[in-house]
Amino acid sequence: MNYHWNWGIFLEPSPEGNGTYGQMLLSGLWMTLQVSVLAWTLALCAGSCVGVVRSLPSAWARRLSDVWIEPLRNIPLLVQLFLWYFVLPELIPETWGDWLKQLPNAPFYNAVVGVGLFMSARVAVQVATGLAALPRGQMAAGLALGLTPGQTYRYVLLPMAFRVVLPPLTSELINTIKNTSVALTIGLAELTARARAVQEFSFQVFEAFAAATLGYLAINLLATLAMRLIERQARLPGYGKA
Amino acid sequence: MSDIVISLDRVNKWYNPTFQVLKDCSLDVRKGEVVVVCGPSGSGKSTLIKCVNALEPFQSGEIAVDGVRLREKGVDLPKLRARVGMVFQNFELFPHLSVLENLDLAQLKVLGRSKDEARAKSEALLRRVDLAAHAAKYPGQLSGGQQQRVAIARALAMDPVAMLFDEPTSALDPEMVSEVLDAMVELAREGMTMMVVTHEMGFARKVAHRVVFMDRGEIVVDAEKEEFFAANGNERARVFLSKILGH
Repeated sequence: MNYHWNWGIFLEPSPEGNGTYGQMLLSGLWMTLQVSVLAWTLALCAGSCVGVVRSLPSAWARRLSDVWIEPLRNIPLLVQLFLWYFVLPELIPETWGDWLKQLPNAPFYNAVVGVGLFMSARVAVQVATGLAALPRGQMAAGLALGLTPGQTYRYVLLPMAFRVVLPPLTSELINTIKNTSVALTIGLAELTARARAVQEFSFQVFEAFAAATLGYLAINLLATLAMRLIERQARLPGYGKA
Repeated sequence: MSDIVISLDRVNKWYNPTFQVLKDCSLDVRKGEVVVVCGPSGSGKSTLIKCVNALEPFQSGEIAVDGVRLREKGVDLPKLRARVGMVFQNFELFPHLSVLENLDLAQLKVLGRSKDEARAKSEALLRRVDLAAHAAKYPGQLSGGQQQRVAIARALAMDPVAMLFDEPTSALDPEMVSEVLDAMVELAREGMTMMVVTHEMGFARKVAHRVVFMDRGEIVVDAEKEEFFAANGNERARVFLSKILGH
């Protein structure tokens, strides 16, 4: 292979004129982090709500949750991002569509909403599973004490359901972070997009993607570690022995 | 009639159009009375007691608790349930809360007591069921008998007008049954109004005022304790009693 290695490339000034190649990659990493945190927040909030709806005894509630979950988890994320970014502005009334198209940082908001909603379907299924895993008597016990169904979810069922599904939620968090890379297709300058830009300017493809790889690894290992700490913190003495 | 705390009037319940679990069940529980409900499994006794605090819906008839009718429009079910304590077969303590927090929760969120008020009440009740030393532990660290006593204390923390027990000792190891029954006997002797679904006939003999025998969704016998245990009582009840006592 006739490849000219140059690990010093990261310190060289980029043709964008406002810093080094290394700083280009760091700006991508920062963008990935921002989108990940916001998308995960959206996924957790929306997913928990839909998961609660899915756990209700009524068949209609379950169907309602299907309306949310099935399209979001059965259409590829890439297609969903295109739908939000390119198709949605054409479908809604023209003034709103124009507003969307002219929105500054449109790829950023689109990535947050697109990845967040996609992941919310998966979180919803996890939360519903966690709720279903609890003994049926827990709801009855909450109600019997005079708590409303809402209070019973808030103070009794959800705290346990989240404990049950913490390990799979860790996977979903990592999936969220990795999925943000798809947003390069709608022009978001996240880590993968910046690595490609470095490659195109400098032809140092291995260095650029080695750095991106390490960046993703670092974020995801930190996320896993954080979730482990939460798991340890949430562990209940004596629970699950019998 | 004002001393009637729980009144069931011709309660009927179907699980589906063909399966009737409760048939014309009528029953009154007076203030300070202990009524034991027994019967073979599947006779509807647990369903009946769950109807009393509206954990199970029923299709016809009426239940009134402390004068509040369950099927009346606009009835505040959480408020009504808060006035009736319930103890479950499987304890149903909240595993993510300490013993003390289990007792505090509904006092804070339902009764709106202050933190100090709730804490004082919880600690007093834990002393009463002899578990003050375990206040900071989690349910998973307690034995079944201890958990059930915590569950009794949790229900009492709401200052209920009546207590419902749904087979409170059925899930316990034999050596732990007596500690729970002792707590219930003490409660009965203090004059608590109680409706108890149980197979513990020793408990019934000791503290019950009346014994209700159910079979196939019907209240077959509703008799004073002495009459119920007399040799010449109802035929089906005698057969049932001989089965659970005859060994």
